[in-house]
Amino acid sequence: MLWSYTKTTAFYMLVLVIVVISVFPFYYAILTSFKSGTALFQVDYWPTSFSWDNYIAVFSQGAFPRNLLNSVFVASTTVLLALFLAVTAAFALSRVRFRGRSLLLMTILGVSMFPQIAVLAGLFEVIRALGIYNTPWALIFSYTIFTLPFTVWVLTTFMRELPIEIEEAAIVDGATPWVIITRVFLPLMWPALVTTGLLAFIGAWNEFLFALTFTSSNLTRTVPVAIALLSGGSQYEIPWGIIMAASVIVTVPLVVLVLVFQRKIVSGLTAGGVKG
Amino acid sequence: MANIQLKDVRKSFGTVKVIKGVDLEIKSGEFMVFVGPSGCGKSTLLRLVAGLEDITSGQLLFDGEVVNGLTPSKRGIAMVFQSYALYPHMTVYDNMAFGLTLEKGSKEQIRERVTKAADLLQIGQYLDRLPKQLSGGQRQRVAIGRAIVRDPKVFLFDEPLSNLDAALRVATRIEIAKLHEDMNSVTMIYVTHDQVEAMTLADRICVLRDGVIEQVGTPMELYETPDSLFVAGFIGSPKMNFISGEAAAAYKAHTLGIRGEHLNVVSEGGVWNGKVIHTENLGADSYVYLEMGMEEPVVVRLDGNNNYHSGDVVHVSPMEDKLHRFDEEGKPIR
Repeated sequence: MLWSYTKTTAFYMLVLVIVVISVFPFYYAILTSFKSGTALFQVDYWPTSFSWDNYIAVFSQGAFPRNLLNSVFVASTTVLLALFLAVTAAFALSRVRFRGRSLLLMTILGVSMFPQIAVLAGLFEVIRALGIYNTPWALIFSYTIFTLPFTVWVLTTFMRELPIEIEEAAIVDGATPWVIITRVFLPLMWPALVTTGLLAFIGAWNEFLFALTFTSSNLTRTVPVAIALLSGGSQYEIPWGIIMAASVIVTVPLVVLVLVFQRKIVSGLTAGGVKG
Repeated sequence: MANIQLKDVRKSFGTVKVIKGVDLEIKSGEFMVFVGPSGCGKSTLLRLVAGLEDITSGQLLFDGEVVNGLTPSKRGIAMVFQSYALYPHMTVYDNMAFGLTLEKGSKEQIRERVTKAADLLQIGQYLDRLPKQLSGGQRQRVAIGRAIVRDPKVFLFDEPLSNLDAALRVATRIEIAKLHEDMNSVTMIYVTHDQVEAMTLADRICVLRDGVIEQVGTPMELYETPDSLFVAGFIGSPKMNFISGEAAAAYKAHTLGIRGEHLNVVSEGGVWNGKVIHTENLGADSYVYLEMGMEEPVVVRLDGNNNYHSGDVVHVSPMEDKLHRFDEEGKPIR
């Protein structure tokens, strides 16, 4: 009896520790973002004062709104591009028999082994050569490269699981590969598309190193870089309040996206199509 | 509507030869059943006719025209799959209309054809449902409906009943037979491993073994004059009894084949005798298994009420005109 209580208590203590560790930094950021003046440097664990000053400051000074739009554009385009390429690639990799297919799959996986820093210099040269340095396309290009291996793998695995008979039935019905992908497979692949799309979006949204390297002006930066480069009135002042407000602002879209799409992640969508 | 000819059709997957040269003609409007044990290539042969697999060598002709390179829809075929293969995200109506919308038919025309097929199969009230809301039998009807709607020249069935339970299987079998009567101009090819389905549905049966045709003929031809030991053993239930050794030598044959229903039980002085090892009573008739020193027990088919018990010695005589004699190669001696 005592042992089972201990176990339950230990379990919930562990849960508490995990929740505190993962949520506390964000909670403290929200708390700080509503403070102003010297209150910033007092350690409080509960809200003491409330003001929108930092949020107003973020949007009124510098290029932050522009940076936010850049981030939205870069992340959304990356997701669309990556999903389009990945879906078509996954169809070929899972359904078309050709020589060297598994080698190609392993190569794709191999690409994702390289750390960003290892390819930074080479990628920089490529981007200069393409003439897209300091444009959003530089980021879209590089993010897509790094997102694709994972996206292709997940979608290939998922597409393999789709019953081959459904595809054959569509062929008999006179569907071309494009029709099969768009009208038969895509509706069945919603869960996988949402999951990989969301992860690609989060990855592109949070990315820092490429965003710092491939952009040089305030107007082309994305939010993570912009936040890091936010500066105060003097060299010795770090505008913590504004930084925290900006951090909260960039987190909100992600939270909203996850909340919206978790409803879409419906498993077992294929039930009923074939036996079972 | 379509006369199908296969000329020395072969199919290999890599180095594995699956279909080893098949010559066959299926007449327009005929119901042809491909039957054989699993792995004999019957499904592959159907998929070659459908166009889902490429023919390695040989020719496939529809009405005298080579269709080797045509896609399934261009060949004018429709297919019913073993696993139904309905589109899970589409309603029954959309499932049936999908092929027609791809052909860009007018909305009213599509609706008319879908409704007509749905009425024929009595699935009219399910048109708005998703496949997962249907039972197995209903799903199979939708799959058949999807095929009918396309008004095919050739109708292909790939073991359509094997996912259904026994009662539903019989009911659906009868429906398919009716369908064939209603659509008597459509050539139908039906693949099954179940010889009962083959016997009951077919105009002609094509027995396949290891990628070659063993025999083609009407069900009764196969039953009465099998061209090989294999066909003799495959067609008919219970399986034909094979008797070899001295008993066969007495009839100048290597192996004798005699069906359970062609053995008479006699009180004394029968041609053969054996000890009862098992009896099965199916109500209308019953099977008595006799141990006669053969590899497998000899089955005698009797009517429903018999009182044999294990251990009884039974004398049997074959109906002489129903005996099948086979030589060493398993070919019949006639």
